[in-house]
Amino acid sequence: MTTKKYETYYVPAQSHWPIVGAVALFLIAVGAANYVTDIKNSTSGSGGYVLIAGIAMVIYMMFGWFNNVITESMSGKYSHQMDNSFRQGMSWFIFSEVMFFAAFFGALLYARTLSVPWLAGADNNAMTGAVLWPEFTAQWPLLKTPDGTETTGMGWYGLPLINTILLLTSSVTAHLAHVALEQDKRPQLKFWLGLTCVLGLVFLYCQGLEYAHGYADEMQLYLTSGIYGNTFYMLTGFHGMHVTLGTIMLIVMLIRVFKGHFTPKNHFAFQAASWYWHFVDVVWVFLFVFVYII
Amino acid sequence: MTTEAIHDSHEHDDHHDHKMTGIKRWLYTTNHKDIGTLYLWFAFIMLLVGGALAMGIRAELFQPGLQFMEPDFFNQLTTVHGLIMVFGAIMPAFTGFANWMIPMMIGAPDMALPRMNNWSFWILPFAFSILLASFFMESGAPNFGWTFYAPLSTTYSNGSTAFFVFAVHIMGISSIMGAINVIVTIMNMRAPGMTYMKMPLFVWTFFITAYLLIAVMPVLAGVVTMLLTDTYFGTSFFDAAGGGDPVMFQHIFWFFGHPEVYIMILPAFGIVSTIIPAFARKRLFGYSSMVYATASIAFLSFIVWAHHMFTTGMPLFGELFFMYCTMLIAVPTGVKVFNWVATMWRGSMTFEIPMLFSIAFVILFTIGGFSGLMLALTPVDFQYHDTYFVVAHFHYVLVTGSLFSIYAGAYYWLPKWTGHMYHDGLSKAHFWCSLISVNILFFPMHFLGLAGMPRRIPDYALQFADFNKWVSIGGFAFGLSQLIFLVVVIKCIKGGKKAEAKPWDGAEGLEWTVASPAPYHTFETPPNAEDIKGQ
Repeated sequence: MTTKKYETYYVPAQSHWPIVGAVALFLIAVGAANYVTDIKNSTSGSGGYVLIAGIAMVIYMMFGWFNNVITESMSGKYSHQMDNSFRQGMSWFIFSEVMFFAAFFGALLYARTLSVPWLAGADNNAMTGAVLWPEFTAQWPLLKTPDGTETTGMGWYGLPLINTILLLTSSVTAHLAHVALEQDKRPQLKFWLGLTCVLGLVFLYCQGLEYAHGYADEMQLYLTSGIYGNTFYMLTGFHGMHVTLGTIMLIVMLIRVFKGHFTPKNHFAFQAASWYWHFVDVVWVFLFVFVYII
Repeated sequence: MTTEAIHDSHEHDDHHDHKMTGIKRWLYTTNHKDIGTLYLWFAFIMLLVGGALAMGIRAELFQPGLQFMEPDFFNQLTTVHGLIMVFGAIMPAFTGFANWMIPMMIGAPDMALPRMNNWSFWILPFAFSILLASFFMESGAPNFGWTFYAPLSTTYSNGSTAFFVFAVHIMGISSIMGAINVIVTIMNMRAPGMTYMKMPLFVWTFFITAYLLIAVMPVLAGVVTMLLTDTYFGTSFFDAAGGGDPVMFQHIFWFFGHPEVYIMILPAFGIVSTIIPAFARKRLFGYSSMVYATASIAFLSFIVWAHHMFTTGMPLFGELFFMYCTMLIAVPTGVKVFNWVATMWRGSMTFEIPMLFSIAFVILFTIGGFSGLMLALTPVDFQYHDTYFVVAHFHYVLVTGSLFSIYAGAYYWLPKWTGHMYHDGLSKAHFWCSLISVNILFFPMHFLGLAGMPRRIPDYALQFADFNKWVSIGGFAFGLSQLIFLVVVIKCIKGGKKAEAKPWDGAEGLEWTVASPAPYHTFETPPNAEDIKGQ
């Protein structure tokens, strides 16, 4: 508290990046909404192009906005207090991401422990089973839905296990990179950070292979394969999107390291990317346990 | 808004750019006062839009039988009215207060992340343009109620559902960023000596509200995403044929939805707790118990969600658990009402407009609280569920609760915002017209509901005709009364009696130590808050 008296908090002058970002989000929303509507109605429209324009605009905004922030930071405008603001902001953002995943985990657990047994007549739902779907038996993974869609369960050994090892290792390497940065050992920093990026990319490749297996004729595990396929693809899919984002963040950090950015004391962006990486790793551990193993 | 630009260019620090003029000032701004102003104007415009939709509803319900519209359009009106009032009027209005007041109340130079603050605001008008634009689409606007229960919003939804989903996503992103900004500002930017237990109660309540927001808005994003994939990509989260469950929608939705209603009332508690001591000229009774009560309400809000779902056939244990937890909320809420009354007890009270709205808040919000307690009782809820009794309940807490506190706060801080006192006669007219008409509007709804009139229906049985006529008359009167407020605000911005730095002699807090209107930049060097009395 006492230090605050002597530091000035940097309040940036006006910025046009937020309004660029607002228009970009608008284009994404309108584009995506038109796009999915066209898919559903089997019509053709320009929604996809609007969506791509919006995404391009967001990327443009991020380059511009972060460029401003980095320039300000490297010219020494940021105080210790500012650094705290960024750190706290990032940690609460990650908390909000945790809650987003919690919604999908909640759906998974609700379906497994409540709605699927109920559909087969558990508790006071005997008539549901008897009247609606007398053939239906409860099981998890739900390989045969009440309306008769059949599918195959994804095992935990093989690719998912390899992916678990990859991600857990990458969390360790990300930490080692952070330690190297704090000790100002730049070669080690480059090595461990580079390795983390590679592990992330290999993870994504394996995830792609796994999806290809799922969609192949032997497994017939589709997004539309009832509640098991729904939760499987939505959870691993959103996780995969977060890994993609995390990998991009780490690659950007690697480029900045090669450019000579960051000091042992001042490296918020690196830390944020690393926190984010640990977060996707923890989510994966929960996924591995609740989606694959149990 | 442009006139306001004229008279707030006092103290400028050299390293800050002078603010731009015209539209660019508002589009590019990073100033918490500008952004607060934008939020407040946006909320008021949305209040009028949502109110216009409500008048459409009341016009249809003035008489039994279908008068002006098809039932489907009626459903669109109720849906969009609810969405706009919740996400477009009440929440942005409180965020506007937070932006304007929190940095000034804790002695910070601005919000912690000023550029993100701008982004949080400017995505909102886009989100609501998408939502409102769906009225003009072929399929019409969303028609499944603001709670968008599956399968109404999946199997039976109309063609604009995707637009609704992505609009809600943007609203959620806005709220999450706004909440992160508030939390970081409060944790990190308090002036030296401004300890947590010295913070004004509005700061405390919004601090806790911000935690609720980052905890539940992502859950809303999750549930609309499942709705999107169910509707457009063939998943079956809410479809029993695929192993899902439509009731699961309600669980996830209300896990967001119940904290959401506290998001809309906790800041109201903060505003009223600021105003009542100022005009009772006494310290707030039980400051720390107010803080703990707010935190308790926030905690309880996470374990009561299924009281919205008593009639869905939950297991008996679930019904009992959610009933008892819900009734527990009456305890911290009772603490609050007791403290407000105890603050007024033997105070030297005067009845300026902010105080009038605050007293009306205490009484009418308590009525809404009591009807909530009735609804919490599982056995009787089977009778009240989905009737006008529920509509009466949540309008008492949201209109005479949240909205009245917003008016109280607006009148209280208008002198600080504009540098002028509001017009006394017009503001009194606004208060009394609102107070009388709002009760004509919502009080008879209790009886309609108890007698069994269902909500969200464009037609009704003949025996409800008289009460509905009065409700509609009250509705139009209340809606028109809000135009008086618009006039008051515009007059106040344009001129009026000069406001002193501290126009209320009983007011406390750092915001009254700066000039009225507040300079464009305040507390660039933190004030010394050591000598602020602890509560």
